[in-house]
Amino acid sequence: MIVASLAFYLFSLMAVVGALNVIFQRNPVHSVLWLIFTFFNAAALFVLLGAEFVAMILVVVYVGAVAVLFLFVVMMLDINIIMIREGFLKYLPVGALIGVILLVELAVVFGGWTMAPQAEALRVLPTNPDQLTNTEALGRVMYTDYAYVFQAAGLVLLVAMIGAIVLTMRRRPGVRKQKISEQVNRDAKDTVVMVQVESGKGLS
Amino acid sequence: MDEFLNGYLIPFLWIVGKILLFVIPVALTMAFLTLAERRVIGAMQLRKGPNVVGPFGLLQPFADAVKLMFKETVVPTGSSPVVFFLAPMVTFALSLLAWAVIPVSAGWYISNLNVGILYLFAISSLGVYGIVMAGWASNSRYAFLGAMRSAAQMVSYEVSIGFVMISVLLTAGSLNLTKIVEAQTGMWYFLPHFPMFILFFISVLAETNRHPFDLPEAESELVAGFMTEYSSMSFALFFLGEYINMIVMSALVTTLFLGGWLGPQDMLPGLGFLNVVLGWVPGIVWFALKIAFCLFVFIWVRATLPRYRYDQLMRLGWKVFLPLSGIWLVLTAGFLVYSGKLAK
Repeated sequence: MIVASLAFYLFSLMAVVGALNVIFQRNPVHSVLWLIFTFFNAAALFVLLGAEFVAMILVVVYVGAVAVLFLFVVMMLDINIIMIREGFLKYLPVGALIGVILLVELAVVFGGWTMAPQAEALRVLPTNPDQLTNTEALGRVMYTDYAYVFQAAGLVLLVAMIGAIVLTMRRRPGVRKQKISEQVNRDAKDTVVMVQVESGKGLS
Repeated sequence: MDEFLNGYLIPFLWIVGKILLFVIPVALTMAFLTLAERRVIGAMQLRKGPNVVGPFGLLQPFADAVKLMFKETVVPTGSSPVVFFLAPMVTFALSLLAWAVIPVSAGWYISNLNVGILYLFAISSLGVYGIVMAGWASNSRYAFLGAMRSAAQMVSYEVSIGFVMISVLLTAGSLNLTKIVEAQTGMWYFLPHFPMFILFFISVLAETNRHPFDLPEAESELVAGFMTEYSSMSFALFFLGEYINMIVMSALVTTLFLGGWLGPQDMLPGLGFLNVVLGWVPGIVWFALKIAFCLFVFIWVRATLPRYRYDQLMRLGWKVFLPLSGIWLVLTAGFLVYSGKLAK
């Protein structure tokens, strides 16, 4: 048990350190790398909870795909740190105001927080390792109990995907592209012409 | 004290021992893989390959290692030193991390994770970081271009690899690698999933940046791609990582499609006495032989095929492999449900 709690404190501490570094690093690429570090620690915390499936999916989706795109974009951007510093004082009041509002909201929420009496029982149920593995438990919830809601969520994502494609697709004239079907269907008859050239005349 | 000894210290030492039992053979395999690659390509191109250091050139990998160790470490100006040295370490560490869940024989594994295949997928999807970090931190155009290509390439082929994995694990009914191998008893998955076996192998070539998809380090256009600025041990770590990744991916192909540690007597019953003899061969031998076969195909492809162009690579990944693997997944699921063979 001691090892488990030590691991919990280690990973939580590392997650907090990583999250702080995300906002305090001057170099945006370093920020993204710290963000990845934070994701890893969050995944480790899920493993400690016994939610191994969620932990792996967190690494696959967030670290393996989303953060790669982040890194990709941030590397391409030419971010001038001095320009950002110049606006610091100008935006300070607005930023401080938003910060205070968020702090008050959090205080209100956590001040009146009470645990539901059956919360402990509910927490144990879905991933009881004696009866079901993680994967089966999640599968039952998503595909059996809430199949329609799950499908609806999928439709929302599909709409978002189509929207993104429609917004970015444009046909530019004059772009030459390789059409493999045309290349394969080409025949010697259509492309090669045999000519008998008389000497001294050439092709007209 | 006694509780500490039995509860923590002895399991800890046992795990360390198991890790060493995996890492040392993997490192040796990697060393001889570099030699085998040069010898096999040499034979395919009608030359001899390295044959001078030691008998049959067997000591060549160690000579190379010593040579790399004594080279000068160069850090390019304007680079980001921490990220620059972190990148090869990440690549190398990730290539070894994958071995934590691979069962090399019945009950021979470091960890029997219930989500083993997801773990492997997660580790292989992280491989892109070592390359992207190297490309960015090197402060060099060649390196950066190589890294950009690599990021796009690995993200594209991961999607179809994921679909193929889902088809396999639907058939096996488990995410646990040991159970996937056991489910293949009598029918190794490369037969029912034959088109996906080929597709998966090609995707693996792209995922490990091997020929004909070695665009990130295409030497004729990008010098050495993301590795351009690396020298000495930091280069050696990239090199190690890349070759160990090849072995990991071969192990994955073996586990998912070629029946893992199961011997040929499993697929061909009715050979009588020969089956009894084959049954005595330990599972790890079959596993190693299958990995060796996959690695040979890796090298064979390298000696045979010219490099793909970048747009062809993207087209193959998104417009050919992704729809094919998606359709196959739906077909597999449909077949399993209607034939009632879906694992409960």
